[in-house]
Amino acid sequence: MAGEENRVVLHGTRVSLYSARVELALKVKGIEYELVEEDLMNKSEALLRFNPVHKKVPVLVHNGKPIAESLVIIEYIDENWKEGPRLLPQDPYERAKVRFWAGFLHQQLFEATASVIKTDGESQERAVKEVHEKLKMLEEGIKGSYPGGSPFVNGDNMGLLDIVVCSLFGPHKVQEEVLGVKFLDPEKHPRVTSWVKALNELPLVKEVTPPHEKLVGALQCFRNRALESAAA
Amino acid sequence: MAEEVKLFRTWSSPFALRVVWALQLKGIQYETVLEDVAKKSDVLRGYNPVYKKVPVLLHNGRPISESLIILEYVDETWKQHSLLPQDPHARAMARFWAKFGDDKVMQSIWTAFVSEGKEQEAALAEASEHLQKLEEELRGKKFFGGDNIGYLDIALGWLANLVRVFEEISGLRVLDGERFPLLFAWLKEFSDAPVIRDCWPSHDKLITKFIALRQLHGAQSSST
Repeated sequence: MAGEENRVVLHGTRVSLYSARVELALKVKGIEYELVEEDLMNKSEALLRFNPVHKKVPVLVHNGKPIAESLVIIEYIDENWKEGPRLLPQDPYERAKVRFWAGFLHQQLFEATASVIKTDGESQERAVKEVHEKLKMLEEGIKGSYPGGSPFVNGDNMGLLDIVVCSLFGPHKVQEEVLGVKFLDPEKHPRVTSWVKALNELPLVKEVTPPHEKLVGALQCFRNRALESAAA
Repeated sequence: MAEEVKLFRTWSSPFALRVVWALQLKGIQYETVLEDVAKKSDVLRGYNPVYKKVPVLLHNGRPISESLIILEYVDETWKQHSLLPQDPHARAMARFWAKFGDDKVMQSIWTAFVSEGKEQEAALAEASEHLQKLEEELRGKKFFGGDNIGYLDIALGWLANLVRVFEEISGLRVLDGERFPLLFAWLKEFSDAPVIRDCWPSHDKLITKFIALRQLHGAQSSST
């Protein structure tokens, strides 16, 4: 019996953008895995055991050993499964660039968009301004770092940076509908906008993206809870 | 053509110190460019337009920012004295704990240092919880990297540097030998290692700096 050997299990949920990142990485690599759908309001005992530090999704369990934190998991996937498409480039300087912009998206842009989701009125206006400023930095950075257009050029496989930008801004139509604000502006952020658009067309991305209405519902729910607890 | 390695840093930045340790451990020749945190040079801003911070490593004219990213770059470029382990799972664990150190441990200890009353109590309790997790990671090991100093030791090295400073200034008990015997022993092993010891910023200067920072933080919060 195979047992735990080579078994890949992902504890996550498709409404979590972090979990979606890991699924994309696994799919790009062509790795067979089992998705254990977690209810974020009622986390499984297994999840809490596998990620006692943060108690969050996603957690990848490979050969019985758990790994948490989406960006750490994606690098693990790339290093452990060396055959197939690479999620990070080979050259150390190119790797550093990818890690830098992935980090910028993950920390700076994610926090800024989360602020927009959790606030309203003037606070929200300020938060939207911050997202636009940071998107502009991303736009400039991509222009400088990837003169050819974006990391995802010529329709090659998605890499770590594509996965991170897709997880954050892929659902921009959902964000626009729920929040009534536009993040991506094709005039102010032409490169980022066309990059996200190209990524959203990929079959792999469509495979892991839940239906529009489901995402709208989830985001609305998250926003309502956040606004309620802020008002309390 | 000789290889050009320059490190932009300040005299005290714990993040820049990580890069110093990595370069020293690997025996890499480099030039230091000392920056003044109050008046950063245009050159630095040019190399790190996004964050405008140290450290920045310049290798043959190409800049790399963010200390943990620089550590990975240094490890991938110069293969002697490996900082990260070879095994992918062990590498993932090292990266996980380094992130934990920055996001959770540093945050809670800093909050405990600059706050008072109930906020300070809560931050200290949180810091202790986080430190306990690091304590468990050290079980059976001299360093987080095993027998030798590695990536995670370097990432957490600020503990060996700054916790004593914070404790001395505030009178708080953050990392003691009773509750955290392994971490306490690690602080000493790490600090005493020759390469690490030679690069320590002046203790007295650090005391002065952090007294001022603490007052500034206190002054800012009481003026609301």
